[in-house]
Amino acid sequence: MTANAIQPGRSAGLLRRIYRRSPAANIGGGLLVLLAFAAVAAPWLTPYAPETMDFNAPLAGPSTSHPFGTDNFGRDVLSRVLHGYRVSLAVAIGSVAMALVVAIPLGLVAGYYQRWLDNLIMRPMDVIMAFPAIVLVVAMAGFFGQGLVLMMLALAIVYVPIIARVMRGAALGVAGELFVEGARARGASDLRIMVRHVLPNAITPVFVQASVLMGIAILLEAALSFIGLGVEPPTPSLGLMLAEGRSFMGRAPWLVIAPGLAIVLAVLGFNLLGNGLPALSGPRRGR
Amino acid sequence: MPLTLFVVRRLVLLLPVLVGMSIVVFLLLRLVPGDPASVILGLRATPQGLAVIRDQLGLDLPIAEQYLHWVGNLLQGDLGQDYRSNIPVTTLLADRLPVTIELTLLALVLALVIAIPLGVRAGVRQRGLADKSAMTLGLLGISIPDFWLGIMLILALSLGLGLFPSSGFVPLSEGLFANLRSLFLPALTLAIGLSAVLVRVTRAAVAEVQERDFVRFLHAKGLRQRAIIYRHVLRNAGIPIVTVIGLQFGYLLGGAVIVEEVFSLPGVGRLIVSSTLERNYPVVQAGMLVIALMFILVNLCTDILYAVLNPKIRDTYR
Repeated sequence: MTANAIQPGRSAGLLRRIYRRSPAANIGGGLLVLLAFAAVAAPWLTPYAPETMDFNAPLAGPSTSHPFGTDNFGRDVLSRVLHGYRVSLAVAIGSVAMALVVAIPLGLVAGYYQRWLDNLIMRPMDVIMAFPAIVLVVAMAGFFGQGLVLMMLALAIVYVPIIARVMRGAALGVAGELFVEGARARGASDLRIMVRHVLPNAITPVFVQASVLMGIAILLEAALSFIGLGVEPPTPSLGLMLAEGRSFMGRAPWLVIAPGLAIVLAVLGFNLLGNGLPALSGPRRGR
Repeated sequence: MPLTLFVVRRLVLLLPVLVGMSIVVFLLLRLVPGDPASVILGLRATPQGLAVIRDQLGLDLPIAEQYLHWVGNLLQGDLGQDYRSNIPVTTLLADRLPVTIELTLLALVLALVIAIPLGVRAGVRQRGLADKSAMTLGLLGISIPDFWLGIMLILALSLGLGLFPSSGFVPLSEGLFANLRSLFLPALTLAIGLSAVLVRVTRAAVAEVQERDFVRFLHAKGLRQRAIIYRHVLRNAGIPIVTVIGLQFGYLLGGAVIVEEVFSLPGVGRLIVSSTLERNYPVVQAGMLVIALMFILVNLCTDILYAVLNPKIRDTYR
């Protein structure tokens, strides 16, 4: 094709190649970049602060000045949704990052050494996984108190076994490969083999899982705040907005539609990204 | 390995998980900041009162002894008492459990009704219309929060069209129709998330089985497509589907916690949430145990079913 001959520089070609390999990852990633930008730039994107009340315009429908309408206190819903994203994304990134830091070494060691060490690490993980995530998170929120950091911690505790199990499975597969044996024959230490040879070849499924778990973190944060065990009132949180908006949804459906759609978009972004990641990384494609 | 031996082995392997579970649930209560005695008495707390409650609950004993005491009671069916009303927790659970069980089973049936025909059609003719709708459902279903879906269904079907009650539960004793009508929306809410996962698995399993030689042979034999798909392909694709149902049952139980809250259903999930909010710890502990136990038992059943369907698995299972 002649169009290919006049590509503007190499980087555009690279981006196009990446796009062709995995449209899903790109749409998901693009969506997330957009949402993250909106969350960060929220104060400049809307003229209203999320807490500013306008008692002249409570429950006003969508209009040019308030694209998503206002709530029962006359607060701008768009502004609250964008600020709510800050909480959602912070919880998603924070909880998964904490879980990765703990789970990757555990899973790597379990999958590499196997035998008793594997059992020692993974059996307690099975116990945590015997509880549905939401039940454990609800109980922890109720027992240890609420707040952003505690919520991240609770989610991280639930996530560690999930990520560790994926890491272990992938490491188990790679540990038997010839190049690992080769490295061992050259006299490389176990630590070096794990970090330099096993980890890079086993990390993709972990990233896929991490992406999906970030989406689930957004769902769980919203669910917790919705039932009153998450973020506390004046802070704009998508789940809290849904809970507050419910009493007025007959008259002002935008109060429940806007935050819900916002959650769906973010979770969809993470799921698309997770689905598309394997196609992006390396020649070894797999599910 | 004969089936009975497999079942016995599977049961023995369950023991450490059960012990671990009970330790987790027990420790949660012991790790609470402050002490349960002051939670029970709240504002009425006096030093003497606290001492009496501590003594009653055995809070001054070493922690290992407390745990053994607690497990001992547990095994005799004593889950403790509601901090507020002093009603035994077992009584509370016996009231609430049937609602949660009915909700999850109904959701499972609905999910199967949605996912299996769609997944089969998608797997048989990939890239067709059914396949596209299956993939859309598969992606959207896992991205939509169930509590929001519930709210939207209430908005459209209860407040909008007035087809279903927006909340509340009608017990079975007041008529099957009214009972099912009160549970339909919550069950549908849960079912859509589950069917998203099931439709993907069904599609993949059917697509894989369809490529096998025996299917080609059946075609050559002149069997009708319909008979091949539903009598032969689906039966062979059934094993991964059954496994995923077992694993996803935890999702259903977790989802029930939130969905019961949205639709004001008096189930175990709502009991856990309300008890958590009022720091009624023995009830939360018991609710957690019951839900985890249900999850484990369902997975045990799927494992056994799996071994019945595929005898080879009995030997590979360690």
